[in-house]
Amino acid sequence: MSRISQQLGRAKAAGKKTLVAYIVNGDPVPDVTLTVMHKLVEKGVDIIELGVPFSDPMAEGPVIQKAHERALASNVSLTDTLNVVQEFRKTNADTPVVLMGYANPVERFGYEAFAKAASAAGVDGLLTVDLPFEEVGDLRAQLDAHGLDNIFLLAPTTRAERARQIAAQASGFLYYVSLKGVTGAGHLDVEEVKNRLAEFGSMSNLPVCVGFGIKDAATAKAVAALADGVVIGSVLVNKIGELQGETAEVIADATGAIVADIRAALDSL
Amino acid sequence: MNDSKTSTVDYSSFPDAKGHFGPYGGRFVSETLIHALDELETIYNNLKDDPSFQAEFDKDLAHYVGRPSPLYFAERWSRELGGAQIFLKREDLNHTGAHKVNNTIGQALLAKFTGKSRVIAETGAGQHGVATATVAARLGLKCRVYMGSEDIKRQALNVYRMKLLGAEVFSVTSGSRTLKDAMNEAMRDWATNVDDTFYIIGTAAGPHPYPQLVRDFQSIIGREARQQCLDQTGKLPDALVACVGGGSNAIGLFHPMLGDESVKMYGVEAGGLGVESGSHATRFYQGVPGVLHGNRTYLMQDTNGQIIETHSVSAGLDYPGVGPQHSWLHDIGRVNYVSITDQEALTSFRELTLIEGIMPALESSHAMAYVKKLAPTMSKDQIIIANLSGRGDKDIHTVAAIDGITI
Repeated sequence: MSRISQQLGRAKAAGKKTLVAYIVNGDPVPDVTLTVMHKLVEKGVDIIELGVPFSDPMAEGPVIQKAHERALASNVSLTDTLNVVQEFRKTNADTPVVLMGYANPVERFGYEAFAKAASAAGVDGLLTVDLPFEEVGDLRAQLDAHGLDNIFLLAPTTRAERARQIAAQASGFLYYVSLKGVTGAGHLDVEEVKNRLAEFGSMSNLPVCVGFGIKDAATAKAVAALADGVVIGSVLVNKIGELQGETAEVIADATGAIVADIRAALDSL
Repeated sequence: MNDSKTSTVDYSSFPDAKGHFGPYGGRFVSETLIHALDELETIYNNLKDDPSFQAEFDKDLAHYVGRPSPLYFAERWSRELGGAQIFLKREDLNHTGAHKVNNTIGQALLAKFTGKSRVIAETGAGQHGVATATVAARLGLKCRVYMGSEDIKRQALNVYRMKLLGAEVFSVTSGSRTLKDAMNEAMRDWATNVDDTFYIIGTAAGPHPYPQLVRDFQSIIGREARQQCLDQTGKLPDALVACVGGGSNAIGLFHPMLGDESVKMYGVEAGGLGVESGSHATRFYQGVPGVLHGNRTYLMQDTNGQIIETHSVSAGLDYPGVGPQHSWLHDIGRVNYVSITDQEALTSFRELTLIEGIMPALESSHAMAYVKKLAPTMSKDQIIIANLSGRGDKDIHTVAAIDGITI
């Protein structure tokens, strides 16, 4: 069983909600990321989603796009991202790490080479925003061969038949995009999320985590009540952007404080 | 180029059911957009062979766009170059001044059938933005056009035209601030407003079915040119030449003649400051296949898979990707892709203006510059058709600035 499935299984058994945190590797500068990752875990994050910087992050809102631009100003690559995970694993053997990014850097790296290197570095799964299951092709086989989970998105616009096909291809967990739009948008409809999650729950045994539009402890709590977990991203990335120029410790403390707040809200459920 | 290799290909069967041209094309977008693409594909498949849809499209092309556009024999220029007889397909004479309007008329008809009240578009040189704003005004649709802030500076005239037509022009300040960033922003808008918004993509790229439907709408160029050539000369052309940014005018000219094996085809990319300079947009010279903007195609990218910035004097050609059908035609050798530098294009801009009294867009000037190289290598009984995809009025500020003149 993968580290991701173990984590979600443990949480479920304990009646706890899983907290997933997204940050972009190398944002605002490369030597901050590792410190922030450890702090996020210390303050209650269960799974880390590490964004792989890309020049054209089409599904991101302005906050996360700027993070990609900051990281790319230091030429942070997919190889650098694998190296950070390898460093992280030296002192953390338990917290799952999912790489989240776009198809082109993975394709340029080579599917087989990537799956092999990611597995060796201690990566647990991959979420490729612009690679729907119809186009995943050989990448899926390579991820399987190297024990990596393939996380897929489900959207408010995803019809039931397609959701079934996606669920059949996915492993680890299903990531439900809670709104139409890009990351960091602000029009989350909890009732709509509730209806769709009820639908997905009947078609798959995979846990479902909900992301996009979760801005604070209150939204996190409302959404977590309906799902196995929540994903927070823009709120952390926004803080990291504000603290550009500060030390890794200052940035880690500030993001850790946001996480602690949300953790407490989830644990009060 | 190998004619025998291509003789067995049935070009009309591409793209396949999943939108692939060989290894290229496809649908690489976030999950939110899949449903809208499915919906568009269904509507298009239902309408494309529907005689009443085709009749409405043809009627609009005839009475609003002004088609057929002439196939003009550039007699003086042909004599000057001393080789093949050069014919210009005059897309510059279309309403709004470029080939772009053919496609926006077609997509606006699709928008009408989907019942969406708002259209969005991305634009580089502004021609597609103007064409979209035009059809939106005509149909009473809300319209927002995304344009890189760099291109807004270069194309002030077209920005003002769009505003007069009632469109909102949104300045994109991320990334390289050009066409690719405008396309990212349009995709984001579409994902957010997918319920009431139709995205009118301006070139034969993007996720399936866009490369197919843009090609089909632009194929009017090649169908007309083929027939006009037969009518005027009694034979098919020996060569076709068109500039290739995303490649919509080129695929429109080429596609209806791909099966005519004797017709050689040349797609002209922006060589910018020269292919060795690093400042250019020659996807087929320096690019590597990859995934961007919803399709797999040749891309200007670095070894880490990051998209790199391109350069051309022409805002319409400095796009890091290219339509997926072009990538496939390149690989199978059916079309030759070549490049022309900024300087060569500027020279041809001036020469065609002086010799034929026709001022070509800087995009089209790249095609004209390649004709200048190609024609003298051919004999006087041979025929070149070059696509004059748009008129040069929009580029006058750029050319004047190079001459040190402020208008």
